[in-house]
Amino acid sequence: MKFLSVFKDLNLRDKGAEFWENSSPTKRKVIATSLVGLAALLPFMGVGILDTPVSDYGAVLVYPVGMFILMALGLNIVVGKSGLLDLGYVAFFAIGAYTMAILGTHTSLNTWEIMPIGIALAMLAGFILGLPALRLRGDYLAIVTLGFGEIVRISALNTKAIGGPNGIANIPVPPSIGPIKFNLNDQKAYFWVVLIMILLTIWMIRRLSVRRAGRAWEAIRQDEDVAELMGVNTLRYKLWSFSLGAAIGGAAGVLYGSKTLFIAPEMFTLNVSILILACVVFGGMGNIWGVMVGAAILAYLPERIRFISDARLFVFGLALVITMNFRPDGILPRKKREKVIVKKVSN
Amino acid sequence: MFDTLIDQFWSLTLSGIALGFIYVLVSLGYTMVYGVLRMINFANSEIFMFGTFATIIISRDFLGNVDGSKTLPLPKLLLTISLCLIGSMIVSGLVAVFVELVAYRRLRARGTNKLATLISAIGISIVLSEFMRMITHSRPTLNPRILEKKSLFEIAGANFRIDTVLTIVFAAVLFFVLDRFVKFSRLGRAIRAVSMNEDASKLMGIDLNRVISATFLIGGMMSGAAAFFYTLTYENTKFNVGFTLGLAAFTAAVIGGIGNIRGAFFGGLSLGLVEVYASAVLGTQWKSVTVFVILVLVLVVKPSGIFGEAVQQTRA
Repeated sequence: MKFLSVFKDLNLRDKGAEFWENSSPTKRKVIATSLVGLAALLPFMGVGILDTPVSDYGAVLVYPVGMFILMALGLNIVVGKSGLLDLGYVAFFAIGAYTMAILGTHTSLNTWEIMPIGIALAMLAGFILGLPALRLRGDYLAIVTLGFGEIVRISALNTKAIGGPNGIANIPVPPSIGPIKFNLNDQKAYFWVVLIMILLTIWMIRRLSVRRAGRAWEAIRQDEDVAELMGVNTLRYKLWSFSLGAAIGGAAGVLYGSKTLFIAPEMFTLNVSILILACVVFGGMGNIWGVMVGAAILAYLPERIRFISDARLFVFGLALVITMNFRPDGILPRKKREKVIVKKVSN
Repeated sequence: MFDTLIDQFWSLTLSGIALGFIYVLVSLGYTMVYGVLRMINFANSEIFMFGTFATIIISRDFLGNVDGSKTLPLPKLLLTISLCLIGSMIVSGLVAVFVELVAYRRLRARGTNKLATLISAIGISIVLSEFMRMITHSRPTLNPRILEKKSLFEIAGANFRIDTVLTIVFAAVLFFVLDRFVKFSRLGRAIRAVSMNEDASKLMGIDLNRVISATFLIGGMMSGAAAFFYTLTYENTKFNVGFTLGLAAFTAAVIGGIGNIRGAFFGGLSLGLVEVYASAVLGTQWKSVTVFVILVLVLVVKPSGIFGEAVQQTRA
């Protein structure tokens, strides 16, 4: 086990942060622009080592890779930043997708007009669920959110007006933006939209992290009682964290609905919540880069290696257990100063 | 809407009680572990699921009860029932001990925060259910009929079938034995001591790891017994059979005040009844939604459960 202890001390996150803080503004701009440019060119790199034998490479980049990264970033606000375990994240994704499906087939609104409605509805759902649920702690919250995810799925299954178990078909694709057209055989445009959404999310999280909300979440995560005593309105900030996470889930759902053309309740099971949670945990809770790397790896590998694609959830479950046991901070841990100091209990 | 409920009230009550007893046994798995660790045993539904498969494998493959249409001769029937019950309890108990070893022990020794343990428990639960899904190819597994479901007697329209009576009697006996065991045995006292104060019981020389393993074993065995009665009544199982049932049993444990053994008894029975009545009124497809709504209501209104405070001394 000696090699593991070497592995444990390897903290890429702190090295990366050090490098970033020591760079000049121009250097930062160059790094950021080239990273974004490189990401935007990903759809053209489908030949050679990155190719996926199991499914179409261009489609894989959008779903699962891009969508998983987006949702993992959203769930990271709840689980990583505020320390609240949400097992019903799929519900917000489902609400977004159903909003898109219902409004897209019944009204003349297009995807971009439905997007804010979907986000608003998902936030509202997060707020309504959060109001009673966020008074609970730890494992109770996990169970209640899990129940909420199931309620949304079962309600969709049993409501005839939205198709019941058959779901909704013929959801329109987004309208073209200038020369860029959206079609399913060539999903580059979808990928770029997901990329923009990811960048917006990162920007939002980075801004919030250094402001009052971010500090409040940090305090709540480290010790809720102390935060409350210090005058942090914990319920209010937990609700904010929950609704923001829900908003991102809803946005991902709207785009997903507009991409798959067909949705059914069986696409929104607890498994999706678990997959996203595994992405967050595997990459490193609370660290944007870790979460993105984790989500990219866990979403991409099953498409690359056929064996994993059959046993996807099994591998994800193993990833959860192993990460928690051997490297609880994930592959790219959060900054040292943000770690919770836990009293060590000896046996 | 309420016609079915009124017409078949007593018959529904009986099936509610039988279902309630299965919940009682499974919720013991949650409540005992919660008592000592202050943590939900997320994998309990999978522990239950392994018990249902153990029952089927013992009856179908080891004892060769393949043809369900024939009535088993009495000695073979008794042998089947006792072997299946004991086998399923042992398998579930061992799975529970395995879960504790893999998902909880290392994290406990290191003293990490609660979130990490919770995630690790969810992970092991997924691993177990996916393992079973892959070897059964997501198909349900049928159990050839062990016991002909003869009606013994009828009171006020409620049909006392032999499997219902068996479930109720055996579950009640098991519960009684467990209650006495926790109250009077040496191990039971150790379990109660750990649940009252972990540090103090360590100072009194209690081997914490041993007691926690034993708690998982006993809780798992109770879930295994429930798995046997479940398979006896419903005669099939699937890799995800524990999911809804586990959540209902957890709700039962919360209703009775989680960590409280006698509370689990009342919680299980009342949830079984409410669930059966609600399905009669709203239709069975809303069954699990009813359970979740009850869970949320109890957690918000009275998180300590109905019996949480009154019988504090019997905490496991």
